[in-house]
Amino acid sequence: MNAIEFDNVGKQYRLGLVGTGTLSHDLNRWFQTSILGHEDPYLKIGEVNDRSTKGHSDYVWALKDISFKVEQGDVVGIIGKNGAGKSTLLKLLSHITAPSTGHITYRGRIASLLEVGTGFHPEMTARENIYMNGSIMGMTRHEITRKLDEIVDFAGIERYLDTPVKRFSSGMTVRLGFAVAAFLEPEILVVDEVLAVGDAEFQKKAIGKMGEISSNGGRTVLFVSHNMTAVRNLCHNGIVLKNGQVDFVGTADDCVDNYLNVNVASEHLKIVDNIEWIKKGLHIHSIEINDSENTISTIKSGQGVLRVAIKGESEYEIKTEISMVFRNESDVPLASYPFCDEKQKLYTLNGEFEVIAEIKLPQTLYSGRMRVDIFFHQPNVEFYVKGTNCCNLDCEGFLYNFGQTIPQKRSGLLQFETYKR
Amino acid sequence: MSDRINHIEPKRKWLDVDIKGLWNYRDLYRMYIKRDIVTQYKQTILGPLWYLIQPLFTTVMYMFVFGGLAGISTDGLPQPLFYMAGITLWNYFNSCFTSCSNVFAANQGVFGKVYFPRLVVPLSSITSNLLRMLIQLFMFILIYAYYAVSGGYSVTLGFVNDLGLWLGLALTLALFPILIMMVGLHAMSWGLIITSWTTKYRDLNMLIAFGVQLLMYATPVIYPLSFAPAKYQIYLNINPLSPIFEAFKYSCLGVGTFSITGLLYSFVFLCITMFFAVILFNRTEQRFMDTV
Repeated sequence: MNAIEFDNVGKQYRLGLVGTGTLSHDLNRWFQTSILGHEDPYLKIGEVNDRSTKGHSDYVWALKDISFKVEQGDVVGIIGKNGAGKSTLLKLLSHITAPSTGHITYRGRIASLLEVGTGFHPEMTARENIYMNGSIMGMTRHEITRKLDEIVDFAGIERYLDTPVKRFSSGMTVRLGFAVAAFLEPEILVVDEVLAVGDAEFQKKAIGKMGEISSNGGRTVLFVSHNMTAVRNLCHNGIVLKNGQVDFVGTADDCVDNYLNVNVASEHLKIVDNIEWIKKGLHIHSIEINDSENTISTIKSGQGVLRVAIKGESEYEIKTEISMVFRNESDVPLASYPFCDEKQKLYTLNGEFEVIAEIKLPQTLYSGRMRVDIFFHQPNVEFYVKGTNCCNLDCEGFLYNFGQTIPQKRSGLLQFETYKR
Repeated sequence: MSDRINHIEPKRKWLDVDIKGLWNYRDLYRMYIKRDIVTQYKQTILGPLWYLIQPLFTTVMYMFVFGGLAGISTDGLPQPLFYMAGITLWNYFNSCFTSCSNVFAANQGVFGKVYFPRLVVPLSSITSNLLRMLIQLFMFILIYAYYAVSGGYSVTLGFVNDLGLWLGLALTLALFPILIMMVGLHAMSWGLIITSWTTKYRDLNMLIAFGVQLLMYATPVIYPLSFAPAKYQIYLNINPLSPIFEAFKYSCLGVGTFSITGLLYSFVFLCITMFFAVILFNRTEQRFMDTV
């Protein structure tokens, strides 16, 4: 059974200030739609919401052609960069503003935790605010009275129950807000980046509560966060938004992978093409990692060495260190490996050059995917080459003399022993 | 637990006002009233006494300016009584209108995060203002009683003169709540129209600040309708508030003109503006967050 269904939903915004120009568009829109019975002329125009480039139109689509379904009892993570449309999507769902096109269907009651202490009045006491906030979210007085003890206990504010909320610390306010929404028992709970303010203990409690809501109550949770670990741990499925459009739908793990993988890795793409930035006058012809120019390669079981070879040309003399950073799939660094020349000095590159380094792999290496960053830089002075996420390494994983693999997700650390050549 | 299926469409129908939703949120209505009352005088020493101080001072000032300096007639009534009657009712209109005409702007924080039927807010604000008004009305009755007991002025209820004691008293008591409700609803309907129109284009905001003040002079609050020259009375009668104020004064003070047709006109006017206002408000609440 679908708890939420988005069908071709779009939301258009006009840029710039409200002024006489807006009035003339409004009059034209009114004339076209009400008098002539045409469609809204301004809905036909408008551009994808890429806010960093200057567009031609005053109208942008904050969301366009959004279609997806959420099963009842599912916990869905919504991820995307700032401005991808996450909050707009939640605003449409929670009735705060109407979509420009499309149709949304949902089942039951929605409670949203869009920001700290929604509707708290600073002058009222915590108790009064619990009632106020609960009724804003559609609870009746009796429901709130029944849950009051649980709410106060969860928020951990018993002592402050009859103190005005304006005396509360921001963490206490969030906890109180979360507690009210969590105990309201809505069919759909919308959580938008609120956990960031609470302390570690509360975050754990809140995440546990959200899990409980979905597994025991069969209720649906939409979770917006930039904390990829939380999304992985809490959500079953996910949706990746990009520039107001659905970029990817799948399991939470796949979504996080897709989102973090800004540079698409494929067997047809070369590592060189994933380099983001090179200083003028410096050219990189090829980068081989693990004997492959492709952005995906496999570290085989029992392989002892990871070989890196970089060929290029510099129009002037540069002194540089070359460093590689290995990260796991949640973007947490596992190891950083700076390499220099034989004398432990910075490389001096001038004209054509070829740098070769071999990284000795540890005797135990866990299975899983690693992302690799490459940088050329003179430490504390300047960067010459930046390539974040420029290739993926799939490790088959091995345990020396043991013949068993352990996945990276369960273990984490990776030890590099190195020597130079 | 409600398992009902909800739809969100780009445009709601004209008449799609969520009455059932309003009923479901009746506890919120109650909470809003409580909030209005409780929070206004937090951290004050005199607390609710301020409800009384404000109209008292206003009355004294009006006695000085309009009664003393300008010498405007009070139809032979003691000045405090006459002004207090007008001020009590006008204050109610004024506070309802001001709070309703500001609903979207003042509540954008909450409205931007949670959905509930937005009409709860103006409805609760005219109710909480009503409670305030009742306190002031109580003071008016005390002053009234003082003049009645101390003599020097024979107090007359308009209908008691016309219909005899019991029937007149009954009619007065029946009419009072109706008149007060009409004032509140008039204020709400105009307030809703203003707040809906000003979410995108704020021009009207400039007007209402001094508009309410001007409207008071176009309503027989501090002068009796009979005081205005006959050729202006037509214009004053266009104002739908005039018959209500006149009827109010007639029923409790026995002065002024009571006109059934005037009240009917005012009622029809109210129905039309309220209908228009609710539809407009309902349409605006869908996307005011984009433009406010």
